[in-house]
Amino acid sequence: MSTEANIHHTDHHDDHGHHHHKETFITKYIFSQDHKMISKQYLITGLFMGIIGIAMSILFRLQLAWPDKQFTVYEIFLGKWGAEGIMDPNVYLALVTIHGTIMVFFVLTAGLSGTFSNLLIPLQIGARDMASGFLNMISYWLFFLSSIIMIMSLFVEAGPAAAGWTIYPPLSALPQAMPGSGAGMTLWLVSMAIFIASSLLGSLNYIVTVINLRTKGMSMTRLPLTIWAFFVTAIIGVVSFPVLFSAALMLIMDRSFGTSFFLSDIYIAGEVLHNQGGSPVLFEHLFWFLGHPEVYIVLLPALGITSEIIATNARKPIFGYRAMVASILAIAFLSTIVWGHHMFVSGMNPFLGSVFTFTTLLIAIPSAVKAFNYITTLWKGNLQLNPAMLFSIGLVSTFISGGLTGIILGDSALDINVHDTYFVVAHFHLVMGISALYGLFAGVYHWFPKMFGRMMNKNLGYIHFWVTVIGAYGIFFPMHFIGMAGLPRRYYTNTAFPYFDDLANINVVITVFAIITAAVQLVFLYNFISSIFFGKKATQNPWKSNTLEWTTPVEHLHGNWPGAIPHVYRWSYDYSKLNKEGDDYVIPGQDFIPQTVPVQDNEEEMNH
Amino acid sequence: MTGFLVLAVLVLFAVAIWQMNKIFQLSKVKAGDDSQIANDKDNRVNGKLMLWFMVFFYVFLIYGFWTWSSVLLPEAASEHGKDIDQLMLISMAIIMFVLVITQFLLHYFAFKYHGRKGQRAVFFADNDKLEFVWTIIPVIVLAALIIYGLFTWTDIMNVNEDDDPLIIELYAKQFTWEARYAGDDNILGEANVRFIEGINTVGIDASDPDAADDVVTRELHLPVGRKVLFKMRSQDVLHSAYMPHFRAQMNTVPGMITQFAYTPTITTAEMRKKEDIVNKVANINEIRNAKNVDLAAKGEELLETYEFDYLLLCNKICGASHYNMQMKIVVETQEEFDAWMAEQTTFAETLNP
Repeated sequence: MSTEANIHHTDHHDDHGHHHHKETFITKYIFSQDHKMISKQYLITGLFMGIIGIAMSILFRLQLAWPDKQFTVYEIFLGKWGAEGIMDPNVYLALVTIHGTIMVFFVLTAGLSGTFSNLLIPLQIGARDMASGFLNMISYWLFFLSSIIMIMSLFVEAGPAAAGWTIYPPLSALPQAMPGSGAGMTLWLVSMAIFIASSLLGSLNYIVTVINLRTKGMSMTRLPLTIWAFFVTAIIGVVSFPVLFSAALMLIMDRSFGTSFFLSDIYIAGEVLHNQGGSPVLFEHLFWFLGHPEVYIVLLPALGITSEIIATNARKPIFGYRAMVASILAIAFLSTIVWGHHMFVSGMNPFLGSVFTFTTLLIAIPSAVKAFNYITTLWKGNLQLNPAMLFSIGLVSTFISGGLTGIILGDSALDINVHDTYFVVAHFHLVMGISALYGLFAGVYHWFPKMFGRMMNKNLGYIHFWVTVIGAYGIFFPMHFIGMAGLPRRYYTNTAFPYFDDLANINVVITVFAIITAAVQLVFLYNFISSIFFGKKATQNPWKSNTLEWTTPVEHLHGNWPGAIPHVYRWSYDYSKLNKEGDDYVIPGQDFIPQTVPVQDNEEEMNH
Repeated sequence: MTGFLVLAVLVLFAVAIWQMNKIFQLSKVKAGDDSQIANDKDNRVNGKLMLWFMVFFYVFLIYGFWTWSSVLLPEAASEHGKDIDQLMLISMAIIMFVLVITQFLLHYFAFKYHGRKGQRAVFFADNDKLEFVWTIIPVIVLAALIIYGLFTWTDIMNVNEDDDPLIIELYAKQFTWEARYAGDDNILGEANVRFIEGINTVGIDASDPDAADDVVTRELHLPVGRKVLFKMRSQDVLHSAYMPHFRAQMNTVPGMITQFAYTPTITTAEMRKKEDIVNKVANINEIRNAKNVDLAAKGEELLETYEFDYLLLCNKICGASHYNMQMKIVVETQEEFDAWMAEQTTFAETLNP
């Protein structure tokens, strides 16, 4: 530890103006411009939305498992749409729609990337705050506003948006087609437009901060992989979210101002609409131009978090740092040119299908490299199996299992028969839903001491992990089978097809696992909330980590470091590095070398 | 079976909670270490659990394939379907191979190298050779899969009009399907939603001479062994014509005509005699009979005995009754098909009965 102490008094020419603020309750907790507070706001809002999203999934899982039974819970939560314990088919579609929207955008985009980009970017690159604290605050409050509007849309008279989270027109454009496409869809679009503005402000801020505010010595190749992941994620977001924005805008125009971007030759409710010349396929292109990168917007931060946590807890450098960075970049690049694999059977030109098959299967290569590198990082480590580490290992497991089935779905010929079946549902829930959730949990367990200055209870963490990990496979592994049996997704009940009668018991198994898994999230919630107030006080560097955030004091202060910003002399993965003689660690008795420690005489220098 | 499974899961869950509670209690007794950071014991216990989880994973995998394989689709009933099934089999084999190995390595390493006091991790940051190996292997395997897949895809999607396929229009609307046969000339008459009126439900242009012999039906009959080219339209929202037994699917899009072609190879009658289907149908009827006992007790209408038929399902969310938008497909011999067709009325006849 002595080496660490030397550095703190080296130079003091940095600004000291930060100590003189007078913080009121409002500027500190509500309209805060401090990235650490904003990150907590993101996390808590995200978790709140997550509770809603998961609760919805339990409701529709009940319906799928026991379509002919009546449940009073429907009446309690769905009111007139669950009268006498029977779920209305429209509200079933609304539930799957809002579940998807909330989980993808509000929990896994804002809740995950928003929380940890905000928390870690300034702390890990050695900056006092984001480039623009004000924009950062606006970004959060726009997100908050969009969450409020999305929740409000649940209480609209005709019901919330119900056209699937992909809101393909004409279904989403015509209130005659389904009741949810009325005011509910309008609110959905408004909410998403605001959400996109929030996401863009956030992303621009992250990019500028990473490029400009790195501390002295923090070259790009010394950045922790978390920062690489957040940085590249922000870039993909800036590239693709505006396209969704324009799609949403055009849809709003088609709905309210009589344009025909996506509508043509429609006869509905006994009359021919005037719309002529539009194309629903255009909307699919625009939607998936965001929609696919969105998968990686959700997943990359989780992979970044995992890389950091696995290295720290394995007490080993992440294997193949440069390959990891290269694969993040490759995935990011490829992610913007694969959107068509969602559209193999949409009616687009089959030749395009060939092109998209090619690019899609290419993405498996950097993904495979990442998986192998994680496994190699575990090899001959000294694994500290903290809850965060367990969730990281769990992430690698679901990333592999879910990713592999992508080889089937990405292959246009095979996609024909599993497209839009439960096979797809199983695939994307494992590879992006569960994996990203594990990333979120791993991040919360790992950085909780940094966020709240206290530790989470590890035993409750273990319970949370083991039940979740079994439950998640219990839900999604059987789902592959009902998909391969030809069962389409988004069916209110499968009883209209006697052919699917033998799938009913598999659906029961899935629902039972889903209920158990959802229930155990309450353990996490309890642990989270009680630890904020009663958790054991954290030490400065509980996980013995190298990165800069652990050089800040436990108590939060505006500007992060009380003295000068520390300088960086090495990459963040010098765990268990031996001295030149090979008889002890570089710092005797300490298996980690924080980034703030200059290169020692007795160690070999690396290229970082 | 389901009841047993549910029970087993609940019991296991209870045992898990009981065990966890024990762990919890044990850790509370030890007042000395409340750092909430994994100690040697946590590492040991969770390392072992990793191993047990791996066992669970493989057992679940085997159990799944063992019990649930019976619900999968039977052999493909179309020519190109065999190629798809072949490709699927190869892809699945590769996937399972990779899955079993990587999950083993992941969980085994997590167990084997669980932290112990005094254990030193190996500083192993880079190895170009290894990286090269596991970049190049996926490249080769995927290249093979891509090439194989693309050939299959191109074969399926490129329709050769010289084959003289039977042309049928699939017409989708909330929440039914209709089929329009092109008639003796095998040419579909022009159509547009603006012509929809009264009995002209699919909007055929009556002034087009090609339309006179078109035949609109509510059931899809296909002659076995002849290529069928489906031209698809929708009048309101997106739908998707999904015919799982033929490994066929294409969206129907308002404002444009999409298409998909295949050659049915197994008639409905033949399919009903296949062992897979016989077993599946028996199983389904068993389930339905069990349900009927309950229904009879409540005095409600009983479920009919199920008989296998090919299906056309809607597979793109299209509204409240999306779950029940279906059409029966009958594959039959050419003679049976001709006889059925002779009974149908042409468009001209429906207009002037």
